[in-house]
Amino acid sequence: MDIYLDHAASTPVREEVIQAMLPWLSNHPGNPSGSHRLAREARRAIDDARDNVAALLDAEPGDVIFTSGGTESDNLAIDGVLGAKGGRAICSAVEHPAVLEPVRDSGGIIAPTDATGRIDFENLSFLLDSIADISLVSIMMVNNETGVINDIDMIADLITEKSPESFIHTDAVQATSWLDVAELSKKAHLISLTGHKFGGPKGAGALVLRDGVNLSPVIRGGGQERERRSGTQNVPAIVGLGEAARLIKDERSVVHKRVTMLRDKLENGLIENVSDTSRTVPDGTPRTPGIAHICFKDIENESLLFLLENKGIYASAASSCASGAQEPSHVLEAMGIDVKVAEGSIRFSLGIATTDKEIECALEIVPKAVEKLREFS
Amino acid sequence: MARVMVAMSGGVDSSVAAALACESNNEVVGVTLRLWGGESDSGCCSVSDVDDARRAANALGIEHHVFNLGDDFDKHVVGPYVEAHSAGLTPNPCIECNRHIKFDRLLNRAKSLGFDKIVTGHHARITTREDGTSRIARAKDAAKDQSYVLYMLNQDQISSLHLPVGEMTKDQVREKANSLGLRVATKPDSQDVCFITREKGRADFLAKRIPLTPGRVIDENGSEVGQVEAIELVTVGQRKGMLLAGGKGPRYATSVDIETATVTVGTSEQLLVKVTEFRDSVWSAKQINGEFLVQTSAHGKPETASVQGGSLTWKEPHQKVASGQSVVFYEEDQVVGGAIAI
Repeated sequence: MDIYLDHAASTPVREEVIQAMLPWLSNHPGNPSGSHRLAREARRAIDDARDNVAALLDAEPGDVIFTSGGTESDNLAIDGVLGAKGGRAICSAVEHPAVLEPVRDSGGIIAPTDATGRIDFENLSFLLDSIADISLVSIMMVNNETGVINDIDMIADLITEKSPESFIHTDAVQATSWLDVAELSKKAHLISLTGHKFGGPKGAGALVLRDGVNLSPVIRGGGQERERRSGTQNVPAIVGLGEAARLIKDERSVVHKRVTMLRDKLENGLIENVSDTSRTVPDGTPRTPGIAHICFKDIENESLLFLLENKGIYASAASSCASGAQEPSHVLEAMGIDVKVAEGSIRFSLGIATTDKEIECALEIVPKAVEKLREFS
Repeated sequence: MARVMVAMSGGVDSSVAAALACESNNEVVGVTLRLWGGESDSGCCSVSDVDDARRAANALGIEHHVFNLGDDFDKHVVGPYVEAHSAGLTPNPCIECNRHIKFDRLLNRAKSLGFDKIVTGHHARITTREDGTSRIARAKDAAKDQSYVLYMLNQDQISSLHLPVGEMTKDQVREKANSLGLRVATKPDSQDVCFITREKGRADFLAKRIPLTPGRVIDENGSEVGQVEAIELVTVGQRKGMLLAGGKGPRYATSVDIETATVTVGTSEQLLVKVTEFRDSVWSAKQINGEFLVQTSAHGKPETASVQGGSLTWKEPHQKVASGQSVVFYEEDQVVGGAIAI
């Protein structure tokens, strides 16, 4: 039996989504920018998807820009705002590289976090006071490695007070499956989403704007997406994204409750059954239900992942680089976690489809694998 | 059926080694080490080599994993390489990588994961002797022989190792790869140090990490005869790059004094020594004194010397061995041990 516990990397496309996409992969050739009937059909399909994504975020459909995914949305948010407005960006040290890299490359500032991985308010406040040309602050809603939730409202209030001209971007890629993103992002100006984290297909994401944010485009050409993102829209993927958005909006609260129970069962079971094992994130930190981040003392996570894979459990540690190797986690480093401890940490991430049986099996297999590795060392 | 882990670098030798391991009815898993995170001739993190290894594994129908041993590589290979140059020594990073990474970290990991053996694509063989001990022996293809860089292996390590391409010539390896349809069949052999790009070279690499000191070049009488841009880059035996004023016949670096940033040059005769002292000797089974063939560089010609304690006495005067280089002791074509020249 395959036990997939890497939903935060990518979660399966839902059956309803596949069904919604299929016609757009087969018998609908139209280009949504065209003018004939078949083109208009395609146009209508992406407009419907746009409505669904807008509804998920309580935004205007015209403020939804379809992109190829989270990375492009993040890049467009940073480079697009800086391109239109000038100035520099601040982001937190635990952001996804899709935010960190453009912020770094444009001479921006990487702000530290506290031990939970949440933005350090005092420091952010100091940075906003002391740097004059800040035009954008990008703080992720949910961290992709730990599931820790930032309070975007409080951050927005601080920015409104200290730097009222600045825009606020939040990468909500890891939030969509679990949280009321519309409510939590109501004070943000730009919000990044991607389909494959909540039951949609890979290769479809969105950057959603609020309050008339002006963006200079990163990808230029035919002027699609209201001149903000050129290129023929990926109609089937966008249709899938829209369907996934529609489904998750209704199911989110039920899913949240169920997966929280499974996650707690997994974490508590591992901590009880494996000695020298702990949660990576300090107790009491607000986080999504999807991620159990566990530190196993005196273990190399690459070895543990290898053994788990042999037993049919698929999980991950930190993030992978281009070569496919596990990279040391910049997130755990920013949280001040010792390298040795971080080396023994694993991210088990659950999804809508995770079952109690899978968690039971994982609780059988993981302790044995850890024991086997510890015996050797 | 044995469980074997094949160290796949993305080159033709280790790809064929993996294929042969599969043919021997083993349970085979391919692993590529991500060692160097900086620039290399195959892209950042050697990503194109990892791609080649993964595609070879796919073609062979085996699982492929990437292990990140970058921290260990920095600590045991790159760091000491830089320090050695800084101290005026001539390091061999491939040997340190074999010593600390492939046959220590990787081998231990393979064992902890339940593998019986590791397989590599080194051109060398393993021979078992009458007394039951095993030794690394020269490859069938003498021109490709890599036994020199495996001298540090002890009985435990040798017994956990399989070297299938050591029995083949390089041409046979390429033919085999070709017959299996492996894309790496015609991939050129890797050259030089994997963490230094051919384009920028060693001087650029070191200049970013340590101060490089201009040095003066003197002859055996103490007269200044030239300059070097960086004393840290000069190796005993070196002939080029010392801006020597015109003189009679070729002259070679006969000693390098890092303290005073001075290179002494002399004729090829003045480069000859009778005795070479060494440190950190290791032996495939137990330490033995006696007459061996001694090889002092990866493709150098072995010469006869008598090894006693911490030094070896050459039968015929031998070119001075740069401090930091490995000296490897052979009985005929078998490695009995080796050490690092002082």
